[in-house]
Amino acid sequence: MTVDTAVDPAGGGAASEPELVQLLTPEGQRVPNEHYDALIDDIGTAEIRALYRDLVLSRRVDSEAVALQRQGELGLWASLLGQEAAQVGSGRALRQQDHVFPTYREHAVAWCRGVDPAQLLGLFRGVDQGGWDPRENNFHLYTIVIGAQTLHATGYAMGVQRDGALGTGDPDRDTAVVAYFGDGATSQGDVNEAFIWASVTNAPVVFFCQNNQWAISEPLERQTRVPLYRRAYGFGFPGLRVDGNDVLACLAVSREALQRARDGEGPTLIEAFTYRMGAHTTTDDPTRYRLGSELEHWRLKDPIERVKAYMVRGDMADQAFFDDVEAESESLAEHLRTACRQLPDPSPESIFDHVYVDPTPPLLAQRDEMKTYLDSFTDEEAQ
Amino acid sequence: MTSLNIIKSINAGLRRSMENDHKVLIMGEDVGKLGGVFRVTDGLQKDFGEDRVIDTPLAESGIIGTAVGLALRGYRPVCEIQFDGFVFPGYDQIVSQVAKMHFRSGGRLRLPIVIRIPYGGGIGAVEHHAESPEAYFVHTPGLKVVSCANPEDAYWMIQQAIESDDPVMFFEPKRRYYEKAEFELDGSPPLPLHTSRVVQQGTDATVVAYGPMVKTCLEAAAAATEDNRSLEVIDLRSLSPLDLDPVYESVRRTGRLVVVHEAQRTLGVGAEVAARVTEECFYSLEAPVVRVTGYDTPYPPARVEDDYLPDLDRVLDGVDRALTY
Repeated sequence: MTVDTAVDPAGGGAASEPELVQLLTPEGQRVPNEHYDALIDDIGTAEIRALYRDLVLSRRVDSEAVALQRQGELGLWASLLGQEAAQVGSGRALRQQDHVFPTYREHAVAWCRGVDPAQLLGLFRGVDQGGWDPRENNFHLYTIVIGAQTLHATGYAMGVQRDGALGTGDPDRDTAVVAYFGDGATSQGDVNEAFIWASVTNAPVVFFCQNNQWAISEPLERQTRVPLYRRAYGFGFPGLRVDGNDVLACLAVSREALQRARDGEGPTLIEAFTYRMGAHTTTDDPTRYRLGSELEHWRLKDPIERVKAYMVRGDMADQAFFDDVEAESESLAEHLRTACRQLPDPSPESIFDHVYVDPTPPLLAQRDEMKTYLDSFTDEEAQ
Repeated sequence: MTSLNIIKSINAGLRRSMENDHKVLIMGEDVGKLGGVFRVTDGLQKDFGEDRVIDTPLAESGIIGTAVGLALRGYRPVCEIQFDGFVFPGYDQIVSQVAKMHFRSGGRLRLPIVIRIPYGGGIGAVEHHAESPEAYFVHTPGLKVVSCANPEDAYWMIQQAIESDDPVMFFEPKRRYYEKAEFELDGSPPLPLHTSRVVQQGTDATVVAYGPMVKTCLEAAAAATEDNRSLEVIDLRSLSPLDLDPVYESVRRTGRLVVVHEAQRTLGVGAEVAARVTEECFYSLEAPVVRVTGYDTPYPPARVEDDYLPDLDRVLDGVDRALTY
């Protein structure tokens, strides 16, 4: 099979292996790049330390949540282990006014948006279906139906267009929208429809695909015969592949794509080539469908270790810094443990709240019916 | 007084909503230059521009899904699904996203979206162009579902639906599209959106219908007078929520109820009406509740649709069955 990449401006060329944007090798070596270096020329020692901190703390949120699930405190958890760089790199490229439409694994993006990680737990503990206010952080609720949010993002971006909030040159006004999704989602009709809509409307939306190689047990080969980023060209907008375990590269490509959107130049597909190190969710057993050697291969590409090596190599941090981050990680974990157990169960009657903005008489009657029924037990106990 | 058919009434209602609120958008296939396949949106793109009357790509999930995003950005999209049977490609977005977003967000997010669907049979159409899928949406918490039956209701109900902060499925009886009536365009709506209405008073039996079957039932009531039978006809107008108080009140007087709709019988709106009237009016009922409906088959080829659809005679037969007890 041959793939025509003649129109590929991201430099895919005609080579059978797609080119990967990488600025930091797995060994922590900085790779110069004529184009992308300029996009991260503000990243000095303080900034790389901040990125390292984001990576470590978001991994700790994840590992603590897995532990909480194992202790029976959460019904389920979708681990982001291995995908921290893709999420922190793209998340830190966002501006305040940008709007994010995540799937259910974007815990590090939520972190970058300022959502308290404890608020992520409610959905998985079963006390709510998204405990944060999407308007406060411009971080939408987690969407569990695969790919549905890509259309929401595109529609939101069409609203941004109608509000004239792009292409003005005002950095506080021009707005981009990001849809996060995985490799499995690219098989969904909604994602393909979102690509079409975004393309023909030139909507300011960035499609950020974390290709973590597995859709539960289905490998990438079950989703596509061509590299995912190349699909964008068929829809009429640029796509590129980035090393999803390289936080600097993810930051650079995201900044560029987001700015393209804010400037009114339309959508971009970013394929962050990464790996889900854990299970799809805590109910899943990846040893049934993938080899340990694959896991080892990717472990050597760990997104945190390479930043640490880069910092040590460049004298950007000493042991005291790493100890401080570790201590902060401990206290974050303690916060999560405490906050998780303190999340209140909703009252039974609350299931009737917010079905409608304007509640209906039949529903209110059902609420009364439930309340009367439940109260009958209280009366019996009191007697 | 102005004389308008249902198509022009909805068009006038849409126009008025768009004039009153610049956040109201229309989106769908062919709604712009063509004015919709039934011309319901005729002239609106010319007057409000392509950013407000949006000719979309040809994909229903995309129409609904992008409307969700537009609503989250503060817009009030009115989506047109070209024909009833084409709503299913957008079904997931409607029942999983549109219906649940307010609930899922703990009341923080609102989706004031209207989804217009020309529905029902009787026009000799091909497959997928004559279905009555309303029960799927009535069964979905979070959606409100209405169906207009005459031009005046069409004009006011579409405006009320657009003003609703809850998502509304708006079912338009396409075989009645060209029915005309005189009514006032100014003033205020004669009824709240989710209210049923006694359209004809009677004493011997209550006949409940909505959408295209209201006219059929009124014709049946007129024919019944030849046999000295007085039928009370109620137009439900709103299918979710159902406003059944006028139905209960009526059944307590007549003792008999016939529910009529084009949609398939099993678990249709008629089943819900029958169950609730039985619960509320058991001691007033002189006969079991009778349903006159489409059959539990896919919508048939046009050459036999007259046998599938309830007509005047089948409604009268239903009334006979109710009066036999």
